[in-house]
Amino acid sequence: MKIHEYQGKEILKKYGVAVPVGHVAFSVDEAVRGAESIGGNVWVVKAQIHAGGRGKGGGVKLARSIDEVRDRASEILGMKLVTHQTGPEGRIVKRLLVEEGMNIARELYVGITLDRAVSQNVVMASTEGGVEIEKVAEETPERILKEYIDPASGFQQFQARRLCFGLGLTGDALKNGVKFLMALAKAYESTDASLAEINPLVITADGKVIALDAKMNFDDNALYRHADIVVMRDLDEEEPLEIEASKSNLNYIKLDGNVGCMVNGAGLAMSTMDIIKLAGGMPANFLDVGGGASAETVEAGFRIILKDPNVKAVLINIFGGIVRCDRVAIGVVQAARNVDVKIPIVVRLAGTNADLAAEILKNSGLQFLVAANFKEAAEKVTAAIAA
Amino acid sequence: MSILVNKKTKVVVQGITGGEGTFHTRQMIEYGTNVVAGVTPGKGGTLYNGNEKDRFAKSIPVFNTVSEAVTTTGADTSIVFVPAAFAADALMEAADAGVKLVVAITEGIPAADMVKVYNYLNQRGVRMIGPNCPGIITPGECKIGIMPGFIHMPGRVGLVSRSGTLTYEAVWQLTEREIGQSTCIGIGGDPVIGTRFIDAVKLFNEDKNTDAILMIGEIGGTAEEEAAEYIKKHVKKPVVGFIAGQTAPPGRRMGHAGAIISGGKGTAAEKFAAMKAAGIIVVDNPALLGETMARALRGMKKAKTSHRTTARPAARKSRTARKPKRRAK
Repeated sequence: MKIHEYQGKEILKKYGVAVPVGHVAFSVDEAVRGAESIGGNVWVVKAQIHAGGRGKGGGVKLARSIDEVRDRASEILGMKLVTHQTGPEGRIVKRLLVEEGMNIARELYVGITLDRAVSQNVVMASTEGGVEIEKVAEETPERILKEYIDPASGFQQFQARRLCFGLGLTGDALKNGVKFLMALAKAYESTDASLAEINPLVITADGKVIALDAKMNFDDNALYRHADIVVMRDLDEEEPLEIEASKSNLNYIKLDGNVGCMVNGAGLAMSTMDIIKLAGGMPANFLDVGGGASAETVEAGFRIILKDPNVKAVLINIFGGIVRCDRVAIGVVQAARNVDVKIPIVVRLAGTNADLAAEILKNSGLQFLVAANFKEAAEKVTAAIAA
Repeated sequence: MSILVNKKTKVVVQGITGGEGTFHTRQMIEYGTNVVAGVTPGKGGTLYNGNEKDRFAKSIPVFNTVSEAVTTTGADTSIVFVPAAFAADALMEAADAGVKLVVAITEGIPAADMVKVYNYLNQRGVRMIGPNCPGIITPGECKIGIMPGFIHMPGRVGLVSRSGTLTYEAVWQLTEREIGQSTCIGIGGDPVIGTRFIDAVKLFNEDKNTDAILMIGEIGGTAEEEAAEYIKKHVKKPVVGFIAGQTAPPGRRMGHAGAIISGGKGTAAEKFAAMKAAGIIVVDNPALLGETMARALRGMKKAKTSHRTTARPAARKSRTARKPKRRAK
């Protein structure tokens, strides 16, 4: 799960990570009041959307007076912010973060995430702050310092010191840096985060170490033990069809193509998308109906797929293992009747009770295009679209 | 003719009295797996033979702890059906009890829990398969998992995959062509897993009864690349490889927690390229997995005519797979 920058900073602050003084604002007036309560004479107004690249897209602005705060806030609030992560359709800005301006001496990078290759969490630090860290990793991997978190004993002070010395911190900055990293690791582990990224981490002229930006992602599998994080979910940032699907326990991701697909199992679902493309079509979605695949889930799946106006045909690919194909077939027939599907439906059911399922589809009186195997299914669906 | 599990494997089922555990224990017993014990804390000392829906062919002794089960029955392998919130504990209990292999079926275990489990099991030299996986099967001998048994056929192709139903699809494509399997392992779709591609490939490479390997990867991580590097250096047997998710958009988790392209890494294109560079026979169409393997085996036969590559005639009784008598669920 993703959250906004201001929410990430609220969480970090709770664990003792230094963040700028700031206020979230849902209106221009709130932004102005926020700036007034912060005080000082320089503020930053930041668009709050889940996508990165906000600065380049014009979603982060400096203000040198309260009037400027008002102007910048009214410009950004409600704007359609387009970044390399939002796609061309962009995202409407509905929340702002107003923060105190900083006297920045250095911009660095720190991040914590799971290193899958060694099955341990890793704390990374780099002097190359403020830029895309993936680029640094690719071009100059030696500039990324790493310390692995021992699963049994946790992140240690000496590791934080080693990273800070590596970043060239001295004096107050060194002391604050160690404290910062210890607190960040604590926040990461306590919240079941999958990513805690501070880019840039800034060192101020007076030796403070502060998270100028904060990106936190959380492990979906662990959300059951973090009710306080679950409430931070912002449905405005999610695709409406995906929200609806998740209510029916379906795993749906909207894509740009014209062939809707309904599959059991994530790997088979991805392969089905692949084979549609190889046959000359384009998948409209990823949809994993899971192990259940009952009449209800199939019907819910149909409804969601058909709400996408780009969908011109549907491909159902179910490999019955535990789930019986005859049950799925009954579900498909029932759902097709209830939903009144007007576009071609190609059905491929294999595995347990596949023969019974074929009978059910044949005797339903509905016009299903039944495919004997995986390849034929993709060919039939692309042919149906071309027709 | 297998790796890790065979007809001698003695299995303890953790979470045997739950709905999932009961259903799959019945399936495993019917397949011929030697299930010797079950564990449900608080139900120790009883004999369990299933519920009204799923009745076992034999009664299984239930224990309060895995160590009791191991000491009493000599179980050497555990399969875990315990719900996600309690699964980490169950996996560590199995390792502590001294089994040599733990198969974790449970889906949705927090990554932080798995990081601890991985470390705990590693220190004790216990191998884990999964979590969030279909399990492992040596066709005709032993099924420790939730895969439908009837689609398999004994033979000499080793299969390793991150997926569930896609593995079944691949197995089915092999069986339809009468290409039997030595052992099939679903390693699971999570970011932290016990047995990785490279581990499974090593085992298949060393197994004299495995002639060829089918490796089915997914987007996300670098485990396929790691295995490809090993194959390039050490594996002489033919390897056929596929990666699911060529059409997946970056930054989106495609069902499996591990199937995500992040920071431009873990794309299908990169993985295909790594496999090609390692001499793996790459197939980009998932409908052609069986066909490609058949071709690879024919090529091998030509090179070494005396070598047997497909299933023995005796194994052909699994022809009933076409008209399955045993129905799952």
